[in-house]
Amino acid sequence: MSHLFQQQVPLSLYLLLSALLFSLGIVGFLIKRNLITMFMSIELMLNAVNLTFVTFAHQWHTVFLQTHTGPGADAVKGQIFVFFVMMVAAAEAAVGLAIIIAVFRARATLAVDRIDLMKL
Amino acid sequence: MHLILFLVFAAFCLAGAVNLLLQTHPIDSALSLIVVMVSLAVLYLMLGAEFLAAAQVIVYAGAIMVLFTFVVMLLNAGREERTRGSRSYKVVGFPAVVIILALIATVVLHTQNLGAAGLAEGLSNQPGETNLDVLGTMLFTKLLLPFEVTSVLILIAILGAVALARPGESGKPVSK
Repeated sequence: MSHLFQQQVPLSLYLLLSALLFSLGIVGFLIKRNLITMFMSIELMLNAVNLTFVTFAHQWHTVFLQTHTGPGADAVKGQIFVFFVMMVAAAEAAVGLAIIIAVFRARATLAVDRIDLMKL
Repeated sequence: MHLILFLVFAAFCLAGAVNLLLQTHPIDSALSLIVVMVSLAVLYLMLGAEFLAAAQVIVYAGAIMVLFTFVVMLLNAGREERTRGSRSYKVVGFPAVVIILALIATVVLHTQNLGAAGLAEGLSNQPGETNLDVLGTMLFTKLLLPFEVTSVLILIAILGAVALARPGESGKPVSK
């Protein structure tokens, strides 16, 4: 039992989890017929990508500690990326939800099948 | 300990994501998305990103999801109707998803030299220096301009959201 407590997690598991979450996000975007839920699937995909960034930041840091080559502050670049993705996602959510409200006001529905004004 | 924590919170993540797909009511989907985001915050913490874990809880699970639940409540969104919809997603979409997942999984599982994560260690290079120190120094010296541009972006987003959501002449309900 004690060696189970010492066990390390290979980073490939983190990347695999991220890929799974991203795929679930795509599937959600495809099968959901509600505007808000589709938007939530997009947020799920953004989060999956963020996990990849943080994982690789950790990997880069490990490599830096082993070899001591290259600027050490660069190891945190992946986390900076996630920070900016979060900020842009916040802006995107605000504008997207405002668009959803505007659409609901105009069409009185959230079902994407009924919002077909631009469809041929 | 790290392995146990990882397995537990990865399971939470996947369960939340699957539940998001299975639920038909938007509010249930929103709540399961909050579960996913909080579990991801724990995973960030284990990968040595303390600041991002806090930001994930505050910005994502807090601000953005509150916005989502607010809109669901405001629009009084009911259950999702299962319509026939377009069939093309079954023909093109699902095989594409499977292919993407298989590709990523093969690449990831065959990559050599990928490290392993032990119990939370911050991404600092000197003792006594925290992850937040490194992040803050980088953000306010080298990346000051992108950081400031982000604030302008958020200001524009606020103005855009207010302008879009305000009931105006363009927002009159279309008679059907």
